[in-house]
Order: sequence, then C-alpha cells, then structure tokens
Amino acid sequence: MNKEMTCIVCPVGCSLTVTKNDKDEIIVSGNKCKRGEIYAKQELLNPVRVLTSTVKIKNAIVDRIPVKTEGEIPKEVLFEAMEIIKNTCLIAPVKCGDIIIENICDSNVNLVATRSLKAI
Amino acid sequence: MRKIDLVIIGGGPAGLAAAVSAKQNGIEDILVVERDHALGGILNQCIHNGFGLHMFKEQLTGPEYAERYIDKLNKLNIDYVLNTMVLSISKDKEIVLLSRERGYEKIEAKAVILAMGCRERPRGALNIPGTRPAGVYTAGTAQRYINMEGFMVGKKVVILGSGDIGLIMARRLTLEGADVSCVFELMPYSGGLKRNIVQCLDDFEIPLKLSHTIFEIVGKDRVEGVYAGEVDENFNPIESTRKFYPCDTVLFSVGLIPENELSKTCEINLDKRTKGPYVNGKMQTNIDGVFACGNVVHVHDLVDYVSEESERAGYYASKYILDKIDLKAEKIEIKAEKDVSYTVPQWIDKNSSEEIPLRFRVRRVFKEAKIILKTGDEVLKVINKKHLAPGEMETVKINNELISKIKNILSVSIEEVL
Repeated sequence: MNKEMTCIVCPVGCSLTVTKNDKDEIIVSGNKCKRGEIYAKQELLNPVRVLTSTVKIKNAIVDRIPVKTEGEIPKEVLFEAMEIIKNTCLIAPVKCGDIIIENICDSNVNLVATRSLKAI
Repeated sequence: MRKIDLVIIGGGPAGLAAAVSAKQNGIEDILVVERDHALGGILNQCIHNGFGLHMFKEQLTGPEYAERYIDKLNKLNIDYVLNTMVLSISKDKEIVLLSRERGYEKIEAKAVILAMGCRERPRGALNIPGTRPAGVYTAGTAQRYINMEGFMVGKKVVILGSGDIGLIMARRLTLEGADVSCVFELMPYSGGLKRNIVQCLDDFEIPLKLSHTIFEIVGKDRVEGVYAGEVDENFNPIESTRKFYPCDTVLFSVGLIPENELSKTCEINLDKRTKGPYVNGKMQTNIDGVFACGNVVHVHDLVDYVSEESERAGYYASKYILDKIDLKAEKIEIKAEKDVSYTVPQWIDKNSSEEIPLRFRVRRVFKEAKIILKTGDEVLKVINKKHLAPGEMETVKINNELISKIKNILSVSIEEVL
C-alpha cells in the first residue's frame, strides 16, 4: 500500500506519502509538522465530509433551498445522501436550521436548512 | 428631492456589514439599495461551507453567513429597497434609481458607500476561438442556475480555470450527477485553496491539468467538445499537444473584476491594478463623502475580510456625516514594489489614529520569504513567511507608531530567503 495525498491542515500543503510497515502500522512521510500525520491517518481510516446541497422548495422566491449536514458524514455515503436529497420537496416557510432529514444515511447527523425562506 | 444621510449601493456582504456598522455608530437615516430580489448578494448561491471562520469562529455556508447580517439589519430597522438599479451617482452625491415598483427616483445623500461587488470574466475576455453554441457559462452563472433556480446546466462538463469557484463547481456538478471530465489551468499552479483541490477534485478523481488551456470550442447548436492542450512559458498554445475532449458544457472560472461602471459616473479614480477605486485607510475614494468597500475595491479571498473592511467603511462614513472628518490630511503613498502586485489601501493619512490592515497580493509562489516595509532606505518592519502565493491575500497591520516613522512613501516588497 502506498498512498499519495495533499495535507490541507494549513496553506503550506505538504505532499504526504502514506505507507504501512511490516507490523501493519501506518507510516506518514513528507509532512513538515505533526498535524500532517494526524490528518493522513484520519483520511486513511475514516474520511468524513460535510455535505452541502439544495432541496426543492415550493411557494418561495427561489426554487431551491440550500441545506447542509450539521456535521461530517462518511465520505462513502455522499452519493447515497444526494439520492435522498433529490427526492425531497419542501413547502415554504422554512427557517434556517430547521431539520429537513433526520439521521441521514444512518450517520447520526441531521440535514438542516441553511437559509430562511418565507412563503410568498 | 428625497434626502438620505447614507446610501449604500449593494446589499451583499459588503453593503450589509457597512450598513450595520454605520447604524451602530449613530447614523439613523440609511438606505441600502439592492438590484436582486433578496439581500445577501452572491452568498445566497455559495451554498458550500467555509465562511465565517474569522468573523464568527465557526464554519458557515454562504446563505447562513448572509442571514446573520440580514438579521442584524432587520433588528436595527435599517431601510432597504430590492429590485432596484442605481443608474448614476453625481459628484455632489445625487443618486438616480430605477425600479419596476417605484419608477425613476432621485435621492440626495450626505455620504455614499459603494458596495457593488465584482463580476466574472467571461469567455469574451479570453478570446477563445470556435463557434458560439449553447452550453458555455461562467462558473458563477452555472452556480446560480443550479443552487437557486434549480436548472442543471449539463451532463458532461469541462472547466477552464482552477480558482475556488471553478473547483467548488466541479464538486457541485459531480454531486448532482454530471461527469466533470477535467479542469484546465493556464498557470503552472492552481489559484484555488489546497483544501478545495483536495475536497473538490481529488475526492472525485477529477484531473487538474496545469499549464493547459482550451484552444477552441466546437459545436453547432450545443457544445460538442473542446480542443485543449498545453501552453508554453509565454502561455502560447503548443499545437502538438492539441487533443479533443468531448463535452456538452464548458464553464469559465477565470477571474473576477470589480464592478465599477457606477463609480465612473462620479469620476472616481480607479486603480488599474485592482480595477477598483483608489482608497485610503478610511476606505474613502477621491470624491468627498464617497466610500467603497468589499469586492468593488479589490477581489478578496474570504468574505470575512470583506465584512471587516466594510465595517470600517461604515464607521468612517458615520464619522464623516457626524463629525465631518477632514479629507485634506497629509497623504502617505503606499507603493507596491518587488513581487507585490498591489496594496489596499493605496494611501493613508499621516494623522491616522486607528490601526490599519494593509492588504496585498504577491506576484508568485514563495516557500521562504520576507515581507519588507520600507520608507526610503529605512527598513521599518520585516515579517518572515513560510508560504506566500498570489491566491492568498496577505495582511500587515499598520499602527500609529509605524505611521509616525514614514516619510511620505511606504513601500512593500518581498524578498526570497534562499
């Protein structure tokens, strides 16, 4: 196993190489500081992302309302979550912070609205 | 004619922050003029997160960041009009507005804050040859269609330009089911944040082709593809690398230009480098009582910096109205020298009493470098930097003590540490 990645902890952006040694331990090289190693291990073992998208809305000044996952969800469920989002439709009014979908993809994270839209 | 103390042109992040700050500093009679159907400006279409880390110490999406300021505006009972275009501003601050609802209006203001933001450079600015089919958009236009109006722009997409908007749109289109085949970048490096390259391109295995450009757009009614390839060190296409990329959509993310058509109507001096007004540390332009802030002055990387700058503009506009601050102060010119492309402000007052954040961009990427502030041959300040890049705006705080040492000109330069 040999994985190349770019560290995003700070603007320097070290090019990291992640390998495993004989004892199955993860070895990170190319990082200029300790934070790079922590980042690389997290990215390798459990990569997570905040997902932002939009949901259909009726009776508002625009046709889409922006949403986000309140926290990070596993990277591998991003497209599964997009499928659920695609099949959701709301009716205004909606308030910023309202829960749109609870516990999306069993991630223990809620999908919430990020804009308040009044009924027109 | 209707008289208003302070008119703010633009209801995006700059206009909102300026209005809130002016009201908090004692100006009661304020009008914010917005041309779109809602306040918030471009933040409303920037649904991704990463805004507000400096201002609110948390990660917000664009609409959330806008809503924080819109809530403040409403709590402070600040007046605003929507769907209203400003046609002109005269030197004595007479403003002409046009709207469907109220028709043609004239307003006389004691002070004006310009907060019109910026717009995207389009295909025409690059002179890319080929036909003119449907399916060619600037990245921001596509962003508005998808995120606010609910139209998908295409199925197979190539993007020219790897600034942050281009990168964000590559991810957004991919999540919405499009196939983004690649992102071309003319420069040998990306102008976008590392974080966006990783989370928008690497995550979805979208290739970033550096030192590449689109040679020609092909298609009769709809885009059918592009010819693209490498460029040499003078950015001229290398014909032997020409390759066809089939696609139905081309997005341009090739830079932003401050929107200053209105500024020209009242003869504001514009800086050729920033394409925005020349301003001092108080965000005053050369026209008495006309201030400017946000992306209309120079394109910022972070909205947090726009808000901070605009709060200062609002504060000084209120000072101008209430105490008539003196514009005829002795000027210190700020010169962008070696490897610095511009500074904002471009000049400061000798009698400035508040600390001024001096913002600038460097011309190229540096690994180890020093930022040097000089007056004549005398070095006033040296700041060591581990990393400098044109895509990342730098800030140096200028305090009273430093200003008192300046003899007419302050120069900013970069020295590489080898």
